[in-house]
Amino acid sequence: MTALLTLDGVSRRFGGLKAVDDVSFDVNESEIVGLIGPNGSGKTTLINLITGVHPATAGYVRFDGHDITRQRPYRIARLGLARTFQIVQPFPRMTVVENVAAGALFCGHASDVREARAIAREHLEFTGLADMAHRPAATLTLAGRKRLELAKSLAMRPRLLMLDEVNAGLNSTEIEEALAIIRKIAEQGVTIIVIEHLMKVVLSISHRLVVLHHGQLIAQGTPREVVADKRVIEAYLGAKYAAGNPGVSN
Amino acid sequence: MRNWLALAVIAALLAALPLVGNNYALRLAATVCMYSVMAQSWNFIGGLAGYPSFATAAFFGLGAYASAILQNHGVPMVPAWACAGLAALLFAAFLGGAILHLRGHYFAIASLIVAEMLREIVNTLPDFTGGGKGMNLPLLNLSVTGQAQFFFYSMLALAVLTVASAIVLHRSKLGFGLRCIQQNESAADIIGINTYAYKTAGFSLSAVFVGVSGAIYASWVNYIDPPDVFDVLISVKPMVMVLLGGLGTIFGPSIGAVILLLLEEAVWRNFLTIHVAALGVIIVVLVLFLPNGLLALIRERFPAKAMAK
Repeated sequence: MTALLTLDGVSRRFGGLKAVDDVSFDVNESEIVGLIGPNGSGKTTLINLITGVHPATAGYVRFDGHDITRQRPYRIARLGLARTFQIVQPFPRMTVVENVAAGALFCGHASDVREARAIAREHLEFTGLADMAHRPAATLTLAGRKRLELAKSLAMRPRLLMLDEVNAGLNSTEIEEALAIIRKIAEQGVTIIVIEHLMKVVLSISHRLVVLHHGQLIAQGTPREVVADKRVIEAYLGAKYAAGNPGVSN
Repeated sequence: MRNWLALAVIAALLAALPLVGNNYALRLAATVCMYSVMAQSWNFIGGLAGYPSFATAAFFGLGAYASAILQNHGVPMVPAWACAGLAALLFAAFLGGAILHLRGHYFAIASLIVAEMLREIVNTLPDFTGGGKGMNLPLLNLSVTGQAQFFFYSMLALAVLTVASAIVLHRSKLGFGLRCIQQNESAADIIGINTYAYKTAGFSLSAVFVGVSGAIYASWVNYIDPPDVFDVLISVKPMVMVLLGGLGTIFGPSIGAVILLLLEEAVWRNFLTIHVAALGVIIVVLVLFLPNGLLALIRERFPAKAMAK
């Protein structure tokens, strides 16, 4: 397998705070990687570094042979790297179909607005939003807006899709539906990085986990290895639990 | 298609005006066309992209002076108008590169300074621009009525061109991108929109027709001076017109232009001494009670026609 995304010694400081500290890992083609860690461990900052929202203060990021470390976000997006936002970012007064069409239009897959709308309809069908195509995006429920984020990212035809807490705030039925959609996306050969708080969710769909704590990468491996890792248990539950558990170190 | 038809009908009706109207009506109609150009142009950057530009006066004055200087150096009138539009376009592209990274109030203030800056430059170069004494333009060898008709048709042609650009822009990729930027600029960036290039293109487009209108205005009144063509009201009125008509719509700005001119005329006739204050009060009342413009009100009352946009 070849690495689609490579992070090498990536760091980001905000003043005196090292939000992301010397993180290195690879993501291979067609893999589903879970990025986990306690609150404030730097997961979203790391995604922001990869997508160019914040430039890295050290290290480099490489995607599909291109150095994207200090590229502008729109260039990175056009290379085939899409993301959803933890706090959803729709174009509120545009309709649902226009929101998705925007994704298709500006990543170079649709030559005009009409074609972009046609592509958008397919993705609305896929994410189950077809009935709401002509409503303003702001009128959707939270679950609907999360799906809209997903449809918009898919319309960009990404090679790597980063999902930042697409399941946060959803009920269990909605989570099941969202997981089914994510699995279907993966079947199409899209590489996925999932950021998730719900362990059940992330363990069930990830091939591999990467764990952040205080901005540092503390463990990576298969879900089974990672949940047994002493440092991971310590980060989540405290040293007391880690000591009482005969963990497997990697 | 409906938009093109509406434009063609309105343009044809207006073009017939010299058959029935006197010179006063022609002057009002030419002014409406000029206001319409300004309001439509402001809508490109202020309405579509959501960047409240106060630079209209800068583009207007720049166009007026560019054309006046060229004509005083022997360039014929119509080519000088075209050059004025080009000068405004290039100036806006350059200026956009400098101030379009600012957002909201900061952008508004930065754009407001530009007209003042140009006015000072004109004042300090009297050999070139006439300075505070202003500049005369070549007189046309036409009758009074002939001149009124000529400038009316010139302004009308420019207004039709501007509305046609608005129709094309609203359907285009650029227009779509500007609307995305207006609603959520960070999200626009992340789906692959080169926001800087798009905003600069929108800003340049908002300058070119205003530059030409300034040039035509200068030839029309035969004499320009800095307080006249760099007047801050030239920047404020387009915003009022767009808000009156309907922000981000195709015909809203032009409807707003008609309303504002009618208001100005009515108030000016009846309250000569306090007309600026009276106009101000009327504008505040209208914007308070018609926050989305007249077009939105019509759509609310007649929802069946909402698809006609």
